[in-house]
Amino acid sequence: MSPTAIYRKYELQNYIVYLGFIAIFLFFAVTLHDAGFTSTRNLTNILLQTAPATILAIGLVFALSAGEIDLSFGSAVAVSALSAAVVMQVLPMPFAILAGLGAGLAVGAFNGLLVAWLRLPSFLVTLATLGLFAGIARTMTDLRSIPVTNDFFTGFFGSGKLLGVPSLVWWTIIGIAIGHVVYRHTRFGAHVLATGDNARAAQVSGIKVPRIRFMVLTICGGCAGLAGLLYAGRLQSATYTLGESDLMIVIAAVIVGGTALNGGKGSIIGALIGSLLMGMLNNGLILMGLQVSDQMIVRGLIILVAVAASLRDTTR
Amino acid sequence: MTQSILSLTDIHKAFGGVVAIDNFSLELFPGEIVALVGDNGAGKSTLIKIVSGVHKPTSGTIRLDGDETSFSDASGAREAGIEVVYQDLALADQQPVYMNMFLGRELTKRPFGLLDKRKMMDDTQELVDELDVRIPSARATIRDLSGGQRQGIAIARATHWASKLILLDEPTAALGVAETARVEELVHSLRERNIAILIVSHSLDQVFRLSNRICVLRRGQQIGVKETAKTDKNEIIAMITGLQT
Repeated sequence: MSPTAIYRKYELQNYIVYLGFIAIFLFFAVTLHDAGFTSTRNLTNILLQTAPATILAIGLVFALSAGEIDLSFGSAVAVSALSAAVVMQVLPMPFAILAGLGAGLAVGAFNGLLVAWLRLPSFLVTLATLGLFAGIARTMTDLRSIPVTNDFFTGFFGSGKLLGVPSLVWWTIIGIAIGHVVYRHTRFGAHVLATGDNARAAQVSGIKVPRIRFMVLTICGGCAGLAGLLYAGRLQSATYTLGESDLMIVIAAVIVGGTALNGGKGSIIGALIGSLLMGMLNNGLILMGLQVSDQMIVRGLIILVAVAASLRDTTR
Repeated sequence: MTQSILSLTDIHKAFGGVVAIDNFSLELFPGEIVALVGDNGAGKSTLIKIVSGVHKPTSGTIRLDGDETSFSDASGAREAGIEVVYQDLALADQQPVYMNMFLGRELTKRPFGLLDKRKMMDDTQELVDELDVRIPSARATIRDLSGGQRQGIAIARATHWASKLILLDEPTAALGVAETARVEELVHSLRERNIAILIVSHSLDQVFRLSNRICVLRRGQQIGVKETAKTDKNEIIAMITGLQT
């Protein structure tokens, strides 16, 4: 194949998430018009529901781009939300925010230490910590849900509005903006990509590869911490199941959004579109009146097709 | 005589009880290309690693511009103006040319310390034009380039950052005939930049085409240094193998 043909293919592949997004949107807009898919209320709902997954996706783009993976963020979300909810009952609200974010960062830093300096593969480390912190989340409150009643907290992270825009949308915008700038326009972002692309080249170029690996996993933890706060704020309670079902959706969103599974390439904006695509799919399938089991089957198949389409020519 | 850029005196390196380099001495002068030849296991790679700061010599002195130095690691050597071009190309394949040119030393701009991509692209374009490395653009992705173009980028990067010495470790081992010729032309043109070049190569033809002097190693021993113009292949082969021809 000539370089120009590869180039063209490459370009197309970068845009596949946008094409898929438009195609699925149009499909639902036509077939589910009477069910209210295109109503402002429903579209806003999709945006609100995808906010935690989008925040998680940002962290995962950094991890995958550096050649690592985080499977533990689901548990980190639960631990963070529960930490915030428990602390809120005994201490002033700001401490709850710190506890939630801190718990997420701590999980991430724990993963990062094991991966960066003990040289353990992140796949195995985070698979283990997924289970470990899921267990800790369960023991924290003996499986009980903790109500979150602080009005400022539930407004700030959940149902509030600023300038007519829901706070969950603000968090999405802020998260994507910061993530994109750090990823594309800072030395750190460049070092993340170089590490995932060719760790040895990064090393001999003076990039501190272990530090990058530690940082990306800690960022994943931090994103999980924020996602935990968003869940707690929106649902006005925290429970050990939060984040449990996000693993597949977030990985799919990131891969469909053009981030390579084996590092060196990715997109924060793509991950946002991927996340919205997953949310739209979820919403459309519910509006179609499918049973939960059927939804799972259809969603699984669609994700398979989407991931295959976006990976097809990166593996050459 | 002019001041040598790099001077190695009585360099000795042992790994445990195994002597890898024994009493090696060599001086490199600005604008000259010295070839390091020898059979597999002769100690060429060890020597390259000592000069690039990866290994510390067990004994002996390294002088840069006449001043005695020792490198704590590869970054130390790089800061001193020594660049290495590895045979397996230390390039990040999925990144654009300009990001590779500035890998680990990215330029930023005020006030937020964000990457100055425009300046990196312009500097890269200027450099590849000057060295006549023919690539589609400074924004091209490395993996869309040919082997020769990639090695051209690796050498251009070394040229950009090296103020004293470039080490070339088998720079054309993976390249075809035409690409090898192109890279040799490039290496030849670096002479004018008043830096020294130390090249390791298995191709004696290449060594004779490029170098001013040839240094022969055999089993860690320095067999001799010859001026390229005053020797021939038979003599060098005899020195490498230790057999008379």
